[in-house]
Amino acid sequence: MNVTIVDYNSGNISSVINSFKEVAKDKVNIEVTSDLNKIKSSDKVVLPGQGSFKSCVDALNNISGLVDTLNEFAIDNKKPLLGICVGLQMFADVGYEEIETKGLGWISGKVSKIDNQNGKYKLPHIGWNELNIVKDSKIFKGIENNSHMYFVHSYELIPNDKNVVSAITDYSSNIVCSIEKENIFGTQFHPEKSDKAGLKIIDNFINL
Amino acid sequence: MLKNRIIPCLDVKNGRVVKGINFIDLKDAGDPVEQAKIYSDGGADEICFLDITASNENRDTIYDVVDRTSKKCFVPLTVGGGVRSVEDINKLLNCGADKVSINTAAVQNAKVVEDSSRKFGSQCIVVAIDAKRKDGGWEIFTHGGRNSTGINALEFASKMEKCGAGELLVTSMDKDGTQSGYDIELTQKISSMVNIPVIASGGVGTLDHLVDGIKSGASAVLAASIFHYGTYSVNQAKQYLASKDIPVRI
Repeated sequence: MNVTIVDYNSGNISSVINSFKEVAKDKVNIEVTSDLNKIKSSDKVVLPGQGSFKSCVDALNNISGLVDTLNEFAIDNKKPLLGICVGLQMFADVGYEEIETKGLGWISGKVSKIDNQNGKYKLPHIGWNELNIVKDSKIFKGIENNSHMYFVHSYELIPNDKNVVSAITDYSSNIVCSIEKENIFGTQFHPEKSDKAGLKIIDNFINL
Repeated sequence: MLKNRIIPCLDVKNGRVVKGINFIDLKDAGDPVEQAKIYSDGGADEICFLDITASNENRDTIYDVVDRTSKKCFVPLTVGGGVRSVEDINKLLNCGADKVSINTAAVQNAKVVEDSSRKFGSQCIVVAIDAKRKDGGWEIFTHGGRNSTGINALEFASKMEKCGAGELLVTSMDKDGTQSGYDIELTQKISSMVNIPVIASGGVGTLDHLVDGIKSGASAVLAASIFHYGTYSVNQAKQYLASKDIPVRI
């Protein structure tokens, strides 16, 4: 099996690569590439993302044909795709970080700044917060409710259809921390930095 | 609920762990990768490497340490010391660091903070502020605490937030190595002034000091000696904080 981590200059992805390789050992081949043919032929795709919504969308668009390839992979062929952090946020129709920017439009909704309640909550939301699982998700197999995950973000995904939300976390309000919609998975937290529980989520995704 | 973080810090010199008393008198005590793994297995919320003499010496050893650590530890890894440019930050991130802390370069050229937070995202840019009491306020020092700058620490903290820092690592030079507790007033002043998380650092000798640090408004507490010399384990520290009703990840 081939799992491809999409390398589209979205910031630091070495931790994502290290964690997937740790979990995959020699059983699964982990590719790190922006090569469209390799993405097309892989079994699963991971879409990481760091920095701003706009910078990640721009970086995707800078690679000719990449958005079409991802659409074909996840929407037409319905193969499993996992978005991490801004990778998840880009599933939305639109994001408002820096400037209004169109997203991939896979999950109807928007990405807005977390309400810090006039400075009561520090931003970015950095650190370990609890996963409140609201819906069974294949990537949470063997994960206990209220497990801690590592977050670092200032913006949140607000989907129109709450049924896609598989877990929330409490910071200022109930923030979406993961989604599952058919073959499309996403985590706002960083499984690659969430110790054993995070590696288990990666393992679950690899073994879907 | 977001948990308060406990961050063990390892001072690294030439690829080996040391811990200085007031930044001098170094004792060699172990392999940073093994130490980091012990900490992460023990429940450390993050790991911090500080390449202490890096401002003056060849620092390529740290890249290898970061690379090896990031393949074994799956909690966030912050690396600082001798980071001068956007290119240095890029190299550390590529080796597997999750955040880079910038001290001297941020003081000398705030543009490094602006450019790097724009390029890599604020989430990976930590500005390290080394502050020393002076005339009723605090002055910042650079080069591992060796050079005074005449710059007011509170004003500098505010400026760094505007430049795009994701977090501030605030170390009291008066307290560092003394094991007499954080400079609570300094932590309080800075964390109430900025809207980004503050990590308290410098002076931890007891578990109560960690409690005091969190109560003063810090989102995270950093300590080196108490963990490094085995006085307390990270887990003991967390249990103690929990017993004082401070939310931690256990």
